[in-house]
Amino acid sequence: MDVLENLFTNIALYARNLLMEWSVSYSVIELVILFLAIIGILGLIVLDALILVWLERKVVGFIQERPGPNRLGPAGFFQTIADTLKLLSKEDVVPRSADRWLFLLAAPIVFVPAIMLYAVIPFGKDMVAVNLNVGLFYCFSIASLGTVSFLMAGWGSRNKYSLLGGMRTVAQMISYEIPLLLSVLGVVMIVGSLNLSDIVSAQRNVWFILIQPVAFVIYFIAATAELNRGPFDLPEGEQELVAGVYTEYSGMRWALFFLAEYTNLVATAALAVTLFFGGWHGPWLPSWMWFFIKVYFLIFIFMLVKWTYPRIRVDHLMHFGWKFLIPLSLVNLVLTGVGIEIYRVMGG
Amino acid sequence: MPRTQELHLNMGPQHPSTHGVFRCLLTLDGETVTQAENHIGYLHRGMEKIAEAKTYPQFIPYTDRIDYLCPMVYNQGYVETIEKIMGLQVPERAEYLRVIMAELSRMASHLLMVATMAIDLASSTGWMYALREREKILDLFEMTCGSRMSVSYMRIGGVSEDLPAEFIPACREFIQQFPAMMHEIHDLLSGNEIFLARTKSIGILPPDMAMAYGITGPNLRASGVSYDVRRAQPYSIYERFTFEVPVRYKGDCFDRYMIRFDEMEESRLIIEQALENLPEGEIKGKVPRMIKIPPGEVYHQVESSKGALGFFLVSDGSNKPYRLHIRGPSFVNMGVFPELIKGWKIQDVISILASLDPVLGEVDR
Repeated sequence: MDVLENLFTNIALYARNLLMEWSVSYSVIELVILFLAIIGILGLIVLDALILVWLERKVVGFIQERPGPNRLGPAGFFQTIADTLKLLSKEDVVPRSADRWLFLLAAPIVFVPAIMLYAVIPFGKDMVAVNLNVGLFYCFSIASLGTVSFLMAGWGSRNKYSLLGGMRTVAQMISYEIPLLLSVLGVVMIVGSLNLSDIVSAQRNVWFILIQPVAFVIYFIAATAELNRGPFDLPEGEQELVAGVYTEYSGMRWALFFLAEYTNLVATAALAVTLFFGGWHGPWLPSWMWFFIKVYFLIFIFMLVKWTYPRIRVDHLMHFGWKFLIPLSLVNLVLTGVGIEIYRVMGG
Repeated sequence: MPRTQELHLNMGPQHPSTHGVFRCLLTLDGETVTQAENHIGYLHRGMEKIAEAKTYPQFIPYTDRIDYLCPMVYNQGYVETIEKIMGLQVPERAEYLRVIMAELSRMASHLLMVATMAIDLASSTGWMYALREREKILDLFEMTCGSRMSVSYMRIGGVSEDLPAEFIPACREFIQQFPAMMHEIHDLLSGNEIFLARTKSIGILPPDMAMAYGITGPNLRASGVSYDVRRAQPYSIYERFTFEVPVRYKGDCFDRYMIRFDEMEESRLIIEQALENLPEGEIKGKVPRMIKIPPGEVYHQVESSKGALGFFLVSDGSNKPYRLHIRGPSFVNMGVFPELIKGWKIQDVISILASLDPVLGEVDR
């Protein structure tokens, strides 16, 4: 079990020792290790996307009483690979009247912040690429960058549906970032640190979902909106806006948006696990396995929600965000502060 | 007050939720509709003109394809028009079979309306649940006449096939399970908070406006006007069955959605009664081999799943109609659409269109 537990840290250690033997300077070693971590994370993202696309289709199949993909490979697992190959081989169409640079750049730009989120997430014991002391702050500032690319895509496509989708995205993501941040602040107040590793180790005995249940619910709702997933998938708005911001995108450029969505989904679930579900803590199994079990469980819940609810209307979305979630998260903050003070007075 | 520029948006003809090739030119202020204009005709096949080149029985398959979601009622409307002008007597059993099939078809059409309503509000699970039920009805059609959608089941003077032995048990089982299945959809969709917010008090159609625009069918009854051709001018053998004409009073999307469930329940009761009293005997009356209609004209209307469906036939004494005009309920119902969506958001446009339940095949003909 120890071998599994320390699998990834041992790989890093082995690489480090190997480089030491070759007497490479310290800073280069650090760079190489970081590079290895990035490769590992990219591999994880691609693998995750492959699994998630398949899983989502299987879950939808389960909900809708149909088999889902079942032709290629065991339980249709290779369907995703076939789809990826198809997307890669498709023509990259740029509309003639589009704002070329905005249009072309939007897809890669949406993907970059999605990857950058992974840098600070502790995947297991001693498994974090960069141990930032403002990790949580970093996460939210990076995540909010994604909004820009949606606006770029919406504006650059020169399509009215895209434009409407882009405007919706910006309105939605900006309003839901506030409750998202406020919900997390309760946890930060309890731990007294923005470092994600500290937050995880503070949950050694009790998960924060038990102390901060309201905060978790707010986080979950706001994160769904941030991810543009159903019932908040207004930017795509398939039924009214054809495909919203994605209308003019095709082939791999479209797939990048899709990939970014799944990457963000995993990152958001990972953050939720880190903040509320005790991170990688868990008995018997290796820590990183526990982490992924929890992440996938949360993703499963995200999928259940997406496939059972209809889409919310755009003005209801705004009302819900500003008039309900934000006040509720503020109340939660106040109560958390009072609770902490009482705990301190009682001699905790 | 400074205002943003208005945006013209062509919703359609290629659009995922315009129920076919329908184009609506929307003028938008942000996301709010200020002006709307219907553009139809993308699916025009010239049905009425085709009828003039076909003999009377040859036109029956075309009636399937006018409203391909409710083909049995269109079959029935057409053949009854001809029987009416010729004064033909249809055997008892054939009448019962027609009623059973027409009501099954109505249920299938309403189920599809529920399904599209669900998917237009982005609940694809609701779509799947409703379509699963519709599938069972299509299986019953296939069992009887070999075809699932373009049934062409009815003939002038009767029906084409008698029921196979396995039909009655299968149909009984279906209508017995039906309320439970409806309950499932209610559980998933009709009580959902988001669904209610998207449909309640959205796109209210007041009764006087509905009548002014000539709306018929469930859309009219959801606005509080109790008018059903089956009850107002009973055709076939509808006066023998006890059934309610369901009415709802608010005229919003939710009422238009729920009244479909009420109607399916009534259809179910009619089928139950028809299966109970189904007589033995002939399924086709005595019809001349070459159908020639003496000069004259006739108008006959039936209640389709979308509203009052009328056929106006002018004959010049030959074996082809001189003129056949079809009064399509979807076409008439679409007229109120631009008026109805003014002031609502784009997303409401979709739910209002879904609640009106037009079939573009019939709008354009």
